[in-house]
Amino acid sequence: MSASAVHSLWTTAATAAEPISKIDAPKIEYAQLSPTLIVIGAAVVGVLVEAFVPRKSRYYTQVFVAVVALAAAFSAVVALAASGYGTTKAHIAAMGAIAVDGPALFLQGTILLAGILGVFTFAERRLDPEAHGNRVDAFAAQASSVPGSDSEKAAVKAGFTTTEVFPLLLFAISGMLVFPSANDLLTLFVALEVFSLPLYLLCAVARRKRLMSQEAAVKYFLLGAFASAFTLFGIALLYGYAGSMSYATIAHVVDGTVTNVDPALAGTMGNDVLLLMGMALVVMGLLFKVGAVPFHMWTPDVYQGAPTPVTGFMAAATKVAAFGALLRLLYVVLPGMRWDWRPVMWAVAIVTMLGGAIVAITQTDIKRLLAYSSIAHAGFILAGVIATSPDGVSSVLFYLGAYSFVTIGAFAVVTLVRDAGGEATHLSKWAGLGRRSPLVAAVFAVFLLAFAGIPLTSGFAGKFAVFRAAAEGGAGALVVVGVISSAIAAFFYIRVIVLMFFSEPKPEGPTVAVPSPLTMTAIAAGVVVTLVLGVAPQYFLNLANQAGVFVR
Amino acid sequence: MSFPLLTATAVLPALGAIATAAVPAAQRVAAKWLALLVSLGTLALAAVTLVRFDPDGARYQLTESHAWIPDFGVRYQLGVDGIGVALVALTALLIPFVILAGWHDADPMETGSRRWRPTQGFFALILAVEAMVIISFEATDVFLFYIFFEAMLIPMYFLIGGFGDRAHEHGDEAAATQRSYAAVKFLLYNLVGGLIMLAAVIGLYVVAGSFSLQEIVHARADGSLHMATSTERWLFLGFFFAFAVKAPLWPLHTWLPNAMGEATAPVAVLITAVVDKVGTFAMLRFCLQLFPEASKWATPAILVLALISIVYGALLAVGQRDIKRLVAYASISHFGFIILGIFALTTQGQSGATLYMVNHGISTAALMLVAGFLISRRGSRLIADYGGVQKVAPVLAGTFLIGSLATLSLPGLAPFVSEFLVLVGTFTRYPVVGIIATFGIVLAALYTLVLYQRTMTGPVRAEVAEMPDLRVRELLVVAPLIALLIFLGVYPKPITDIVNPAVKQTMSDVQKTDPQPEVEAAK
Repeated sequence: MSASAVHSLWTTAATAAEPISKIDAPKIEYAQLSPTLIVIGAAVVGVLVEAFVPRKSRYYTQVFVAVVALAAAFSAVVALAASGYGTTKAHIAAMGAIAVDGPALFLQGTILLAGILGVFTFAERRLDPEAHGNRVDAFAAQASSVPGSDSEKAAVKAGFTTTEVFPLLLFAISGMLVFPSANDLLTLFVALEVFSLPLYLLCAVARRKRLMSQEAAVKYFLLGAFASAFTLFGIALLYGYAGSMSYATIAHVVDGTVTNVDPALAGTMGNDVLLLMGMALVVMGLLFKVGAVPFHMWTPDVYQGAPTPVTGFMAAATKVAAFGALLRLLYVVLPGMRWDWRPVMWAVAIVTMLGGAIVAITQTDIKRLLAYSSIAHAGFILAGVIATSPDGVSSVLFYLGAYSFVTIGAFAVVTLVRDAGGEATHLSKWAGLGRRSPLVAAVFAVFLLAFAGIPLTSGFAGKFAVFRAAAEGGAGALVVVGVISSAIAAFFYIRVIVLMFFSEPKPEGPTVAVPSPLTMTAIAAGVVVTLVLGVAPQYFLNLANQAGVFVR
Repeated sequence: MSFPLLTATAVLPALGAIATAAVPAAQRVAAKWLALLVSLGTLALAAVTLVRFDPDGARYQLTESHAWIPDFGVRYQLGVDGIGVALVALTALLIPFVILAGWHDADPMETGSRRWRPTQGFFALILAVEAMVIISFEATDVFLFYIFFEAMLIPMYFLIGGFGDRAHEHGDEAAATQRSYAAVKFLLYNLVGGLIMLAAVIGLYVVAGSFSLQEIVHARADGSLHMATSTERWLFLGFFFAFAVKAPLWPLHTWLPNAMGEATAPVAVLITAVVDKVGTFAMLRFCLQLFPEASKWATPAILVLALISIVYGALLAVGQRDIKRLVAYASISHFGFIILGIFALTTQGQSGATLYMVNHGISTAALMLVAGFLISRRGSRLIADYGGVQKVAPVLAGTFLIGSLATLSLPGLAPFVSEFLVLVGTFTRYPVVGIIATFGIVLAALYTLVLYQRTMTGPVRAEVAEMPDLRVRELLVVAPLIALLIFLGVYPKPITDIVNPAVKQTMSDVQKTDPQPEVEAAK
């Protein structure tokens, strides 16, 4: 060994040892990330509240913290959008991990509003009859006690309530806020887990029909874990392909504009097999979250088993977050691959629209019915995703906003119709509801008509927007399939209306509970948004249009 | 800015519907009067529209145009031509009679809660339908038209499914099931038609980049908008399908007998005399103007379907045992005539078709409402349950006879003029079609006269012996309608004067001229 070689060993060692002090602190734009940070902070506060605040006042403290935090986060989103971060100042923050742009802010705003209404429905305590003199909500007295056991009875008697649902909800929301704005694959995955895990838990804590609720949670968790694993595997393959987790870099590699190959990855980098497989697996994970056929199997069971306020929130917000992430992935990372993914997504959209609508016809449980309806809606939204145009993005954004309010409102109405066993979700029990409580039935009919896409409701405006974008994007055949499945779907929405208004009420039928102002607010907001977006959608279409450009 | 007359004509019943629905449960009589007053107010506005309309003026008059959803390229754009104004007037004219005839149809039964207010709902829904029908006659923006074309299904659906012939079906599960079946059938047929049209509406926007009727027609006329032949044909079919379901045209007609049979007589009138007219009207306004080439291409097939409707509807009417279903099949036959007149593509044919829409509205209303009075007395829709009514209730029988004669197009009554015009218009271009269509008239004489004979003549049946004659309210409904039938039968000029210029315009859009008499060539 020569002296110079030895010397070089020394020098290398010296230079390697030296720069430790020179690692730059990551640059975090706290103001631009404030919506997420506020919600995470509040969630942590919520955990502390569980630990330190006396049991009696926990409920009020938690509701207060959650509502204030979500409202503050929403104002932060509005402030960011008002100062131009949605349009001209859109950029990538947090060292390339998170995008602050129009779609991200629009979807975060939608998720936060859905979250506020979600908190309202979570906090409802007037629907169930009082247990041992305590007002109770939709959640188990003590989630850890075995259903039907003595410890459960003791917990109910002691008047315990699971106020942990509020911090869990906030954690889920924080994950959902990051999900559509994630700008690298690792952030995407972390956000996915952060919002999924609290949701699995929330599904398991129903006060009534606890076994069904726990079964739903286990199913959701197992299938969700599979989906996460697929996503993670896909991420690994994409890293092997591009040598980076960053959306921008992967996009450049796909376009062939990156030439400096990482020597460690020289064997795999730019290998299209990795790209195609990785893309397929990541997209699969996202399609699972939106509930698209053939990854929809969890939807009906989970929607039915979960406590109804959770179902309403999850149905709305998860869809928003997941479609946001899917849009960003397909439009920012993989636009260069659209000739590969479009045919596949075509097929997925078609089977999702038709599958959801056809299977829904045979459902006899209102929550399962709404679950299949949500699958069909996922198909309609996919039609907008496939448009691959700015109109496609804005139409999907608009649809998601419109849809989430209808969904939360509809599930909130479901919580009101009750009999001795809790919520009366079997359709036969809804017979004659229109005679008994015309107002509730009429409100539910408005939501159903919006789901069916009847003009003058938000559902029609949204459907028209995505179908138009799809038609302009050359997917005319998808529009025809969409129209046909709308017609099929209309059948079962109308069946419920027939039941409510044209059937004779049964003598031992359910009663409609009078809710507190909280649920009423959620329902009223749903109705107002549904009608306003149906009659005068222009302002919101403008918002969605301005928000329709991704930053790269 | 001048007073937005067209908007007011549609908004007044809409507001009236909301106000009627808000009337407290105990005040149902007040709700009825409110609805009647609103419908009369709408009639007054429609009358002003008719007076202000200048038949020799611009094509679309009293126009209004405001931005609505610029992002979709949609404008709130109204305007009426002669055809539109005549149909707005017809709608506004018939609704007060519908309300008056249905005065007691929605009186509450004892089931249901205190808050269940069927009476308020019934009249509010009628006014809502009126508002939506009027605005679809006025819309000159395809999207605006589509929205109300679809939305009117919902109140109509509740009217059919929610209110039956209460007098005799109280607590009758089977009747309630049949009624909700009819309502669902009505809604599904029309919704499927409407959704297929939605695909065509989107397609039209993708091709034309606009929803404005005038803009598209102009762009097509001056060649700046070219549509490929196959595109035009597909779009035409999408539009036509929806209108053919609504009209209804054989073989898409099967919802009508169910709906008309199960609904109360006033609602049946609302369906066939008012709502269905939107279908035939839209063929004239949208199919012919937007897709002239495709319209000519499809004419032979449509004429055949219309002929089948005429003959098939009439044959089935002959075979009916149920009075209301008989009128429904008769209507299908008559809609066949209207569509025949439209697609014969002659001036007489289209004038006749438009006149036919108005006259059919009035004559069906007269016949159906009297039939409804008859049915409410006996509690049965079956023809066989009646007999000899003319001896017990001569006024009822007399008005029923006039309604029947109008339905068979007796000269001197209004429908004769329009049917004659349609046949002449068809015959000049398609002699064979005209000859076959004439069988429809013969069959019409058969089914109406047999109906009259079986129910009104012969020995008095025990069940009808105590039947009271028409009451004052019922006379108030029937007398003006019959007066109109006679007046328009003798002197149809007021309507033809308004309609003819619009028809000539439509004909020039389709670039068809009337065939010249071929006396010279035959030499």
